Amino acid sequence: MKDSLFKRLVVTGVLGWMFLFGAVPTLMLLGVSFLKRHPDNLIEPVFSLSSYHELLRPALGSMLADSMIMAATATLLCLVIGYPFAYIVARAGKRYTKTLLLLVMIPFWTNTLIRTYALVAVLKADGVVNKFLLFLGVIDAPIKIMYTQTAVFIGLIYTLLPFMILPLYAAIEKLDLKLLEASRDLGASRFATFRKITVPLTMPGIVSGCMLVFLPALGMFYIPDILGGARTMLLGNYIRDQFLAARNIPLGAAASIAMTVIMGLMLALYYKSARRAGRKVHL
Amino acid sequence: MNRFVKTIYAALVYAFLYLPLVVIAVYSFNASKYSLAWKGFTLQWYGRLLNNSTLLDAAFRSMTIAVVSATVSCIIGTLVAFMLHQYRFKGRRAVFAGIFVMMMSPDIVIGISLLVLFLGVGLSLGFWTLLMGHVTLCVPFVAATVYSRFKGFDPTVVEAARDLGAVEYQVFRRIVLPMAAPGLIAGWLLSFTLSLDDVIVSFFTTGPTYEVLPLRIYSMVRLGIKPDVNALSVVMITITVAAVLLSRQLLKEKS
Repeated sequence: MKDSLFKRLVVTGVLGWMFLFGAVPTLMLLGVSFLKRHPDNLIEPVFSLSSYHELLRPALGSMLADSMIMAATATLLCLVIGYPFAYIVARAGKRYTKTLLLLVMIPFWTNTLIRTYALVAVLKADGVVNKFLLFLGVIDAPIKIMYTQTAVFIGLIYTLLPFMILPLYAAIEKLDLKLLEASRDLGASRFATFRKITVPLTMPGIVSGCMLVFLPALGMFYIPDILGGARTMLLGNYIRDQFLAARNIPLGAAASIAMTVIMGLMLALYYKSARRAGRKVHL
Repeated sequence: MNRFVKTIYAALVYAFLYLPLVVIAVYSFNASKYSLAWKGFTLQWYGRLLNNSTLLDAAFRSMTIAVVSATVSCIIGTLVAFMLHQYRFKGRRAVFAGIFVMMMSPDIVIGISLLVLFLGVGLSLGFWTLLMGHVTLCVPFVAATVYSRFKGFDPTVVEAARDLGAVEYQVFRRIVLPMAAPGLIAGWLLSFTLSLDDVIVSFFTTGPTYEVLPLRIYSMVRLGIKPDVNALSVVMITITVAAVLLSRQLLKEKS
Protein backbone atom coordinates (compact mmCIF):
# COMPACT_ATOMS: atom_id res chain seq x y z
CA MET A 1 0.00 0.00 0.00
CA LYS A 2 1.27 3.40 -0.92
CA ASP A 3 1.70 5.76 2.00
CA SER A 4 -0.63 8.71 2.04
CA LEU A 5 0.72 12.22 1.75
CA PHE A 6 -0.38 12.96 5.32
CA LYS A 7 1.53 10.02 6.70
CA ARG A 8 4.65 10.94 4.78
CA LEU A 9 4.41 14.54 5.94
CA VAL A 10 3.98 13.54 9.58
CA VAL A 11 6.80 11.00 9.56
CA THR A 12 9.23 13.30 7.74
CA GLY A 13 8.29 16.29 9.88
CA VAL A 14 8.66 14.49 13.18
CA LEU A 15 11.88 12.73 12.22
CA GLY A 16 13.27 16.01 10.87
CA TRP A 17 12.39 17.83 14.06
CA MET A 18 13.97 15.17 16.24
CA PHE A 19 17.08 15.13 14.09
CA LEU A 20 17.45 18.91 14.11
CA PHE A 21 16.84 19.51 17.80
CA GLY A 22 17.86 16.17 19.26
CA ALA A 23 20.67 14.60 17.27
CA VAL A 24 22.36 17.64 15.69
CA PRO A 25 22.96 19.61 18.93
CA THR A 26 24.30 16.52 20.68
CA LEU A 27 26.64 15.71 17.81
CA MET A 28 27.80 19.32 17.67
CA LEU A 29 28.47 19.26 21.41
CA LEU A 30 30.45 16.08 20.96
CA GLY A 31 32.36 17.63 18.09
CA VAL A 32 33.17 20.82 20.00
CA SER A 33 34.46 18.83 22.95
CA PHE A 34 37.18 17.43 20.69
CA LEU A 35 38.31 20.83 19.47
CA LYS A 36 40.96 23.15 20.81
CA ARG A 37 40.34 26.29 22.74
CA HIS A 38 41.34 29.48 21.04
CA PRO A 39 42.09 32.57 23.15
CA ASP A 40 40.16 34.94 20.85
CA ASN A 41 37.77 32.96 18.71
CA LEU A 42 36.78 30.71 21.58
CA ILE A 43 37.32 27.55 19.55
CA GLU A 44 39.90 26.46 17.04
CA PRO A 45 38.97 23.83 14.47
CA VAL A 46 41.82 21.53 15.46
CA PHE A 47 41.26 18.04 16.81
CA SER A 48 42.44 17.70 20.39
CA LEU A 49 41.85 15.55 23.41
CA SER A 50 43.02 18.29 25.75
CA SER A 51 39.57 18.95 27.26
CA TYR A 52 39.22 15.33 28.29
CA HIS A 53 42.76 15.35 29.68
CA GLU A 54 41.80 18.45 31.62
CA LEU A 55 38.70 16.75 33.02
CA LEU A 56 40.85 13.96 34.41
CA ARG A 57 43.35 16.29 36.06
CA PRO A 58 43.34 15.86 39.85
CA ALA A 59 41.97 19.32 40.71
CA LEU A 60 39.10 18.96 38.30
CA GLY A 61 38.67 15.28 38.96
CA SER A 62 38.10 15.94 42.64
CA MET A 63 35.52 18.63 41.84
CA LEU A 64 33.76 16.12 39.59
CA ALA A 65 33.95 13.48 42.29
CA ASP A 66 32.64 15.89 44.97
CA SER A 67 29.76 16.85 42.73
CA MET A 68 28.91 13.21 42.05
CA ILE A 69 29.10 12.36 45.75
CA MET A 70 26.82 15.27 46.59
CA ALA A 71 24.29 14.31 43.95
CA ALA A 72 24.48 10.65 44.99
CA THR A 73 23.99 11.50 48.67
CA ALA A 74 21.01 13.70 47.84
CA THR A 75 19.60 10.86 45.72
CA LEU A 76 20.04 8.33 48.49
CA LEU A 77 18.38 10.63 51.03
CA CYS A 78 15.48 11.18 48.63
CA LEU A 79 15.13 7.41 48.23
CA VAL A 80 15.19 6.81 52.00
CA ILE A 81 12.63 9.55 52.62
CA GLY A 82 10.58 8.86 49.51
CA TYR A 83 10.18 5.07 49.57
CA PRO A 84 8.14 4.76 52.76
CA PHE A 85 6.21 7.84 51.77
CA ALA A 86 5.37 6.46 48.32
CA TYR A 87 4.38 3.19 49.99
CA ILE A 88 2.04 4.96 52.38
CA VAL A 89 0.45 6.95 49.55
CA ALA A 90 0.06 3.90 47.31
CA ARG A 91 -1.59 1.90 50.09
CA ALA A 92 -3.73 4.66 51.56
CA GLY A 93 -6.85 3.39 49.89
CA LYS A 94 -8.51 4.60 46.71
CA ARG A 95 -10.28 7.52 48.32
CA TYR A 96 -7.17 9.13 49.72
CA THR A 97 -4.45 8.17 47.24
CA LYS A 98 -5.62 10.59 44.56
CA THR A 99 -5.67 13.56 46.88
CA LEU A 100 -2.37 12.61 48.51
CA LEU A 101 -0.76 12.35 45.08
CA LEU A 102 -2.20 15.66 43.95
CA LEU A 103 -0.64 17.25 47.02
CA VAL A 104 2.75 15.96 45.84
CA MET A 105 2.13 17.26 42.31
CA ILE A 106 1.52 20.85 43.34
CA PRO A 107 5.01 21.61 44.70
CA PHE A 108 6.41 19.47 41.87
CA TRP A 109 5.02 21.90 39.30
CA THR A 110 5.68 25.09 41.21
CA ASN A 111 8.57 27.13 39.86
CA THR A 112 11.70 25.57 41.33
CA LEU A 113 13.49 28.87 41.55
CA ILE A 114 10.64 30.33 43.55
CA ARG A 115 10.72 27.28 45.81
CA THR A 116 14.47 27.58 46.28
CA TYR A 117 13.98 31.22 47.10
CA ALA A 118 11.23 30.27 49.55
CA LEU A 119 13.68 27.96 51.29
CA VAL A 120 15.90 30.93 52.04
CA ALA A 121 13.10 32.36 54.16
CA VAL A 122 12.91 29.07 56.04
CA LEU A 123 16.61 28.49 56.56
CA LYS A 124 18.02 31.94 57.26
CA ALA A 125 19.24 32.97 60.73
CA ASP A 126 15.86 34.43 61.74
CA GLY A 127 13.94 31.94 59.64
CA VAL A 128 11.30 29.43 60.64
CA VAL A 129 13.66 26.58 61.45
CA ASN A 130 15.81 28.61 63.80
CA LYS A 131 12.77 30.24 65.42
CA PHE A 132 11.27 26.81 66.01
CA LEU A 133 14.45 25.28 67.43
CA LEU A 134 14.95 28.30 69.71
CA PHE A 135 11.35 28.00 70.86
CA LEU A 136 11.83 24.32 71.66
CA GLY A 137 15.02 25.20 73.54
CA VAL A 138 17.09 22.80 71.45
CA ILE A 139 19.50 25.62 70.65
CA ASP A 140 20.40 28.85 72.45
CA ALA A 141 21.48 30.87 69.45
CA PRO A 142 20.45 30.61 65.80
CA ILE A 143 22.48 28.02 63.93
CA LYS A 144 23.97 28.84 60.58
CA ILE A 145 22.26 26.81 57.91
CA MET A 146 22.23 29.20 54.98
CA TYR A 147 25.37 29.26 52.88
CA THR A 148 26.50 25.84 54.05
CA GLN A 149 26.65 22.50 52.33
CA THR A 150 23.69 21.41 54.48
CA ALA A 151 21.55 24.13 52.93
CA VAL A 152 22.48 22.86 49.47
CA PHE A 153 21.49 19.31 50.46
CA ILE A 154 18.19 20.53 51.85
CA GLY A 155 17.62 22.50 48.66
CA LEU A 156 18.37 19.53 46.41
CA ILE A 157 16.17 17.17 48.41
CA TYR A 158 13.37 19.69 48.66
CA THR A 159 13.36 20.32 44.92
CA LEU A 160 13.86 16.76 43.76
CA LEU A 161 11.89 14.67 46.26
CA PRO A 162 8.73 14.61 44.10
CA PHE A 163 10.81 13.26 41.19
CA MET A 164 11.62 10.31 43.45
CA ILE A 165 8.15 9.84 44.91
CA LEU A 166 6.19 9.74 41.64
CA PRO A 167 8.00 6.82 39.91
CA LEU A 168 8.23 4.94 43.21
CA TYR A 169 4.51 5.37 43.66
CA ALA A 170 3.86 4.07 40.16
CA ALA A 171 5.99 0.98 40.82
CA ILE A 172 4.57 0.25 44.26
CA GLU A 173 1.02 0.72 43.07
CA LYS A 174 1.50 -2.03 40.46
CA LEU A 175 2.85 -4.44 43.06
CA ASP A 176 0.73 -7.58 43.35
CA LEU A 177 -0.23 -7.94 46.99
CA LYS A 178 -0.80 -11.67 46.54
CA LEU A 179 2.92 -12.15 46.08
CA LEU A 180 3.60 -10.50 49.41
CA GLU A 181 0.96 -12.65 51.10
CA ALA A 182 2.40 -15.77 49.52
CA SER A 183 5.84 -14.90 50.77
CA ARG A 184 4.53 -14.38 54.30
CA ASP A 185 2.52 -17.61 54.14
CA LEU A 186 5.62 -19.49 53.14
CA GLY A 187 7.29 -18.28 56.29
CA ALA A 188 9.38 -15.34 55.18
CA SER A 189 9.81 -12.59 57.73
CA ARG A 190 8.57 -9.10 56.99
CA PHE A 191 12.07 -7.94 56.26
CA ALA A 192 12.86 -10.91 54.03
CA THR A 193 9.64 -10.32 52.10
CA PHE A 194 10.55 -6.68 51.63
CA ARG A 195 14.09 -7.49 50.54
CA LYS A 196 13.33 -10.45 48.30
CA ILE A 197 9.93 -9.52 46.86
CA THR A 198 9.09 -5.86 47.24
CA VAL A 199 12.45 -4.35 46.38
CA PRO A 200 13.15 -6.45 43.24
CA LEU A 201 9.64 -5.89 41.91
CA THR A 202 9.79 -2.15 42.46
CA MET A 203 13.36 -1.89 41.16
CA PRO A 204 12.38 -0.11 37.91
CA GLY A 205 10.70 2.56 40.04
CA ILE A 206 13.74 2.82 42.29
CA VAL A 207 16.10 3.12 39.34
CA SER A 208 13.99 5.64 37.44
CA GLY A 209 13.46 7.68 40.63
CA CYS A 210 17.20 7.71 41.28
CA MET A 211 17.84 8.70 37.70
CA LEU A 212 15.31 11.54 37.82
CA VAL A 213 16.94 12.86 40.99
CA PHE A 214 20.61 12.19 40.36
CA LEU A 215 20.89 13.74 36.89
CA PRO A 216 19.21 17.06 37.71
CA ALA A 217 21.04 17.13 41.06
CA LEU A 218 24.30 17.27 39.13
CA GLY A 219 23.08 20.15 37.03
CA MET A 220 21.00 22.49 39.18
CA PHE A 221 23.53 25.26 39.42
CA TYR A 222 21.16 27.80 40.93
CA ILE A 223 20.67 25.80 44.14
CA PRO A 224 24.32 26.06 45.28
CA ASP A 225 24.30 29.64 43.99
CA ILE A 226 21.39 30.71 46.16
CA LEU A 227 21.69 28.43 49.18
CA GLY A 228 25.32 27.39 49.35
CA GLY A 229 28.49 29.23 49.98
CA ALA A 230 30.83 30.07 47.16
CA ARG A 231 32.68 26.82 47.68
CA THR A 232 29.89 24.35 46.98
CA MET A 233 29.87 23.46 43.32
CA LEU A 234 27.93 21.05 41.24
CA LEU A 235 28.92 19.84 37.81
CA GLY A 236 26.27 22.25 36.49
CA ASN A 237 28.00 25.24 38.05
CA TYR A 238 31.21 24.13 36.45
CA ILE A 239 29.70 23.69 33.00
CA ARG A 240 28.00 27.07 33.21
CA ASP A 241 31.22 28.78 34.30
CA GLN A 242 33.19 27.24 31.45
CA PHE A 243 30.68 28.58 28.96
CA LEU A 244 29.97 31.98 30.43
CA ALA A 245 32.89 33.01 32.65
CA ALA A 246 36.03 31.10 31.75
CA ARG A 247 35.05 30.99 28.08
CA ASN A 248 36.49 27.54 27.61
CA ILE A 249 33.78 26.11 25.40
CA PRO A 250 35.53 22.82 24.52
CA LEU A 251 36.06 22.06 28.21
CA GLY A 252 32.44 22.95 29.04
CA ALA A 253 31.31 20.73 26.17
CA ALA A 254 33.50 17.86 27.41
CA ALA A 255 31.99 18.20 30.89
CA SER A 256 28.48 18.09 29.36
CA ILE A 257 29.45 15.01 27.40
CA ALA A 258 30.63 13.43 30.66
CA MET A 259 27.17 14.10 32.05
CA THR A 260 25.52 12.61 28.96
CA VAL A 261 27.64 9.49 29.39
CA ILE A 262 26.48 9.22 33.02
CA MET A 263 22.90 9.51 31.76
CA GLY A 264 23.54 6.79 29.19
CA LEU A 265 24.84 4.43 31.86
CA MET A 266 21.81 5.10 34.03
CA LEU A 267 19.41 4.52 31.13
CA ALA A 268 21.11 1.21 30.46
CA LEU A 269 20.70 0.29 34.11
CA TYR A 270 17.04 1.26 34.01
CA TYR A 271 16.45 -0.77 30.87
CA LYS A 272 18.07 -3.81 32.44
CA SER A 273 16.12 -3.56 35.69
CA ALA A 274 12.83 -3.05 33.88
CA ARG A 275 13.46 -6.09 31.74
CA ARG A 276 14.38 -8.16 34.75
CA ALA A 277 11.13 -7.15 36.42
CA GLY A 278 9.42 -8.39 33.26
CA ARG A 279 8.08 -5.06 32.13
CA LYS A 280 8.10 -3.61 28.72
CA VAL A 281 9.90 -0.31 28.57
CA HIS A 282 7.67 2.34 27.12
CA LEU A 283 6.91 6.00 27.47
CA MET B 1 4.15 0.30 60.27
CA ASN B 2 1.07 1.09 62.20
CA ARG B 3 -1.46 3.65 61.16
CA PHE B 4 -0.35 6.34 63.57
CA VAL B 5 3.31 6.20 62.54
CA LYS B 6 2.28 6.25 58.88
CA THR B 7 0.13 9.32 59.33
CA ILE B 8 2.84 11.19 61.23
CA TYR B 9 5.44 10.25 58.64
CA ALA B 10 3.32 11.36 55.69
CA ALA B 11 2.43 14.57 57.51
CA LEU B 12 6.10 15.35 58.09
CA VAL B 13 6.95 14.88 54.42
CA TYR B 14 4.05 17.12 53.40
CA ALA B 15 5.14 19.69 55.97
CA PHE B 16 8.60 19.66 54.42
CA LEU B 17 7.15 20.13 50.94
CA TYR B 18 4.73 22.88 51.89
CA LEU B 19 6.46 24.81 54.66
CA PRO B 20 8.47 27.09 52.34
CA LEU B 21 5.41 27.84 50.22
CA VAL B 22 3.37 28.72 53.29
CA VAL B 23 6.16 30.90 54.65
CA ILE B 24 6.35 32.83 51.39
CA ALA B 25 2.60 33.30 51.38
CA VAL B 26 2.68 34.61 54.95
CA TYR B 27 5.54 36.97 54.13
CA SER B 28 3.66 38.34 51.18
CA PHE B 29 0.82 39.57 53.41
CA ASN B 30 2.96 40.65 56.34
CA ALA B 31 3.49 44.34 56.99
CA SER B 32 6.92 43.62 58.42
CA LYS B 33 9.41 43.67 55.62
CA TYR B 34 12.06 41.16 56.59
CA SER B 35 11.06 39.17 59.62
CA LEU B 36 8.47 36.53 60.21
CA ALA B 37 7.08 38.43 63.19
CA TRP B 38 3.52 39.31 62.27
CA LYS B 39 3.15 43.08 62.01
CA GLY B 40 -0.31 43.06 60.54
CA PHE B 41 -1.98 42.26 57.24
CA THR B 42 -1.05 44.29 54.22
CA LEU B 43 -1.44 44.22 50.48
CA GLN B 44 1.31 46.78 49.91
CA TRP B 45 3.75 44.22 48.45
CA TYR B 46 1.20 43.31 45.83
CA GLY B 47 0.83 47.02 45.16
CA ARG B 48 4.57 47.37 44.80
CA LEU B 49 4.59 44.40 42.46
CA LEU B 50 2.09 46.19 40.22
CA ASN B 51 4.50 49.14 40.01
CA ASN B 52 7.58 47.03 39.39
CA SER B 53 7.63 47.21 35.63
CA THR B 54 10.84 45.19 35.05
CA LEU B 55 9.38 42.31 37.05
CA LEU B 56 6.00 42.55 35.34
CA ASP B 57 7.62 42.77 31.91
CA ALA B 58 9.60 39.63 32.66
CA ALA B 59 6.43 37.93 33.91
CA PHE B 60 4.61 38.93 30.73
CA ARG B 61 7.45 37.55 28.58
CA SER B 62 7.38 34.31 30.57
CA MET B 63 3.65 33.94 30.03
CA THR B 64 4.03 34.70 26.32
CA ILE B 65 6.77 32.14 25.84
CA ALA B 66 4.84 29.59 27.93
CA VAL B 67 1.67 29.99 25.84
CA VAL B 68 3.47 29.91 22.49
CA SER B 69 5.80 27.05 23.37
CA ALA B 70 2.96 25.03 24.93
CA THR B 71 0.96 25.43 21.72
CA VAL B 72 3.84 24.52 19.42
CA SER B 73 4.91 21.61 21.66
CA CYS B 74 1.35 20.39 21.74
CA ILE B 75 1.15 20.26 17.94
CA ILE B 76 4.53 18.55 17.48
CA GLY B 77 4.05 16.25 20.49
CA THR B 78 0.63 15.12 19.26
CA LEU B 79 2.02 14.35 15.82
CA VAL B 80 4.83 12.35 17.44
CA ALA B 81 2.32 10.40 19.53
CA PHE B 82 -0.01 9.88 16.58
CA MET B 83 2.84 8.63 14.44
CA LEU B 84 4.07 6.22 17.10
CA HIS B 85 0.58 4.92 17.72
CA GLN B 86 -0.78 4.60 14.21
CA TYR B 87 2.13 3.96 11.91
CA ARG B 88 4.59 1.17 11.51
CA PHE B 89 7.75 2.39 9.83
CA LYS B 90 11.45 1.80 9.82
CA GLY B 91 13.15 3.29 12.84
CA ARG B 92 10.02 3.37 15.00
CA ARG B 93 11.90 1.92 17.94
CA ALA B 94 14.63 4.50 17.44
CA VAL B 95 12.03 7.27 17.67
CA PHE B 96 10.73 5.76 20.92
CA ALA B 97 14.25 5.61 22.29
CA GLY B 98 14.98 9.15 21.09
CA ILE B 99 11.91 10.59 22.80
CA PHE B 100 12.76 8.72 25.99
CA VAL B 101 16.35 9.97 25.95
CA MET B 102 15.18 13.54 25.31
CA MET B 103 12.80 13.25 28.24
CA MET B 104 15.51 11.97 30.55
CA SER B 105 18.25 14.34 29.39
CA PRO B 106 19.33 16.72 32.14
CA ASP B 107 18.13 20.27 31.45
CA ILE B 108 21.66 21.57 31.46
CA VAL B 109 22.73 19.23 28.68
CA ILE B 110 19.69 20.27 26.60
CA GLY B 111 20.48 23.92 27.27
CA ILE B 112 24.18 23.64 26.51
CA SER B 113 23.79 21.59 23.35
CA LEU B 114 21.16 23.98 22.00
CA LEU B 115 23.46 26.90 22.85
CA VAL B 116 26.24 25.22 20.86
CA LEU B 117 23.80 24.72 17.97
CA PHE B 118 22.64 28.34 18.02
CA LEU B 119 26.18 29.66 18.28
CA GLY B 120 27.27 27.33 15.50
CA VAL B 121 24.47 28.44 13.17
CA GLY B 122 24.99 32.05 14.17
CA LEU B 123 21.52 32.74 15.59
CA SER B 124 21.37 35.62 18.04
CA LEU B 125 19.90 34.60 21.36
CA GLY B 126 16.44 35.92 22.15
CA PHE B 127 12.77 35.07 21.75
CA TRP B 128 13.15 32.55 18.92
CA THR B 129 16.02 30.61 20.43
CA LEU B 130 14.23 30.54 23.77
CA LEU B 131 11.11 29.27 22.05
CA MET B 132 13.06 26.49 20.35
CA GLY B 133 14.64 25.60 23.69
CA HIS B 134 11.32 25.34 25.48
CA VAL B 135 9.69 23.40 22.66
CA THR B 136 12.59 20.91 22.70
CA LEU B 137 12.14 20.57 26.44
CA CYS B 138 8.36 20.07 26.31
CA VAL B 139 7.65 17.94 23.22
CA PRO B 140 8.72 14.59 24.75
CA PHE B 141 6.42 15.16 27.72
CA VAL B 142 3.46 16.03 25.51
CA ALA B 143 4.20 13.03 23.30
CA ALA B 144 4.23 10.73 26.35
CA THR B 145 1.01 12.19 27.77
CA VAL B 146 -0.90 12.03 24.48
CA TYR B 147 0.52 8.62 23.58
CA SER B 148 -0.73 7.10 26.82
CA ARG B 149 -4.14 8.56 26.03
CA PHE B 150 -4.06 7.03 22.52
CA LYS B 151 -3.34 3.65 24.01
CA GLY B 152 -6.65 3.73 25.85
CA PHE B 153 -8.56 4.01 22.55
CA ASP B 154 -10.73 1.43 20.95
CA PRO B 155 -8.77 0.65 17.74
CA THR B 156 -11.89 -0.59 15.96
CA VAL B 157 -13.20 2.98 15.69
CA VAL B 158 -10.23 3.98 13.55
CA GLU B 159 -10.57 0.81 11.49
CA ALA B 160 -14.25 1.51 10.96
CA ALA B 161 -13.46 5.03 9.78
CA ARG B 162 -10.88 3.68 7.33
CA ASP B 163 -13.29 1.03 6.06
CA LEU B 164 -15.85 3.72 5.45
CA GLY B 165 -13.35 5.49 3.25
CA ALA B 166 -11.74 8.11 5.49
CA VAL B 167 -8.26 9.14 4.38
CA GLU B 168 -5.42 9.52 6.86
CA TYR B 169 -5.94 13.20 7.44
CA GLN B 170 -9.65 12.67 8.06
CA VAL B 171 -8.92 9.87 10.50
CA PHE B 172 -6.59 12.19 12.36
CA ARG B 173 -8.87 15.22 12.23
CA ARG B 174 -12.26 13.58 12.83
CA ILE B 175 -11.51 10.59 15.01
CA VAL B 176 -8.18 10.76 16.75
CA LEU B 177 -8.06 14.45 17.65
CA PRO B 178 -11.49 14.66 19.31
CA MET B 179 -10.88 11.45 21.26
CA ALA B 180 -7.48 12.69 22.39
CA ALA B 181 -8.66 16.21 23.24
CA PRO B 182 -8.45 15.90 27.03
CA GLY B 183 -4.95 14.44 26.69
CA LEU B 184 -4.00 17.32 24.40
CA ILE B 185 -5.19 19.91 26.86
CA ALA B 186 -3.40 18.13 29.69
CA GLY B 187 -0.26 18.05 27.55
CA TRP B 188 -0.65 21.75 26.82
CA LEU B 189 -0.96 22.59 30.50
CA LEU B 190 1.99 20.37 31.27
CA SER B 191 4.15 22.22 28.74
CA PHE B 192 2.84 25.52 30.00
CA THR B 193 3.96 24.77 33.56
CA LEU B 194 7.24 23.21 32.37
CA SER B 195 8.01 26.34 30.43
CA LEU B 196 7.06 28.67 33.28
CA ASP B 197 9.16 26.59 35.64
CA ASP B 198 12.25 26.25 33.55
CA VAL B 199 15.39 28.02 34.72
CA ILE B 200 18.26 26.11 33.18
CA VAL B 201 17.27 25.82 29.52
CA SER B 202 16.18 29.48 29.54
CA PHE B 203 19.47 30.47 31.13
CA PHE B 204 21.40 29.20 28.12
CA THR B 205 18.98 29.82 25.27
CA THR B 206 17.81 33.37 25.83
CA GLY B 207 19.74 36.59 25.50
CA PRO B 208 19.62 39.96 27.24
CA THR B 209 16.89 41.14 24.87
CA TYR B 210 14.38 38.64 26.22
CA GLU B 211 14.76 38.20 29.97
CA VAL B 212 12.14 35.86 31.40
CA LEU B 213 10.80 35.79 34.92
CA PRO B 214 12.88 33.00 36.50
CA LEU B 215 16.08 34.68 35.28
CA ARG B 216 14.89 38.07 36.55
CA ILE B 217 14.10 36.51 39.94
CA TYR B 218 17.43 34.71 39.89
CA SER B 219 19.38 37.92 39.57
CA MET B 220 17.17 39.59 42.18
CA VAL B 221 17.31 36.95 44.92
CA ARG B 222 21.07 36.76 44.88
CA LEU B 223 20.88 40.23 46.38
CA GLY B 224 18.56 39.16 49.20
CA ILE B 225 14.86 38.77 49.93
CA LYS B 226 12.52 41.18 48.23
CA PRO B 227 8.94 41.54 49.44
CA ASP B 228 7.54 42.12 45.98
CA VAL B 229 9.14 38.85 44.89
CA ASN B 230 7.17 37.19 47.71
CA ALA B 231 3.96 38.62 46.29
CA LEU B 232 4.92 37.52 42.80
CA SER B 233 5.75 34.02 44.06
CA VAL B 234 2.28 33.71 45.53
CA VAL B 235 0.75 34.78 42.22
CA MET B 236 2.88 32.22 40.36
CA ILE B 237 2.07 29.45 42.84
CA THR B 238 -1.64 30.21 42.41
CA ILE B 239 -1.36 30.00 38.62
CA THR B 240 0.48 26.69 38.89
CA VAL B 241 -2.04 25.20 41.31
CA ALA B 242 -4.87 26.23 38.98
CA ALA B 243 -3.11 24.65 35.98
CA VAL B 244 -2.41 21.41 37.87
CA LEU B 245 -5.97 21.11 39.16
CA LEU B 246 -7.36 21.83 35.71
CA SER B 247 -5.17 19.25 33.98
CA ARG B 248 -6.04 16.63 36.60
CA GLN B 249 -9.70 17.32 36.09
CA LEU B 250 -9.32 16.92 32.34
CA LEU B 251 -7.36 13.69 32.62
CA LYS B 252 -9.94 12.30 35.00
CA GLU B 253 -12.72 12.53 32.41
CA LYS B 254 -12.37 8.87 31.84
CA SER B 255 -10.20 7.52 29.08
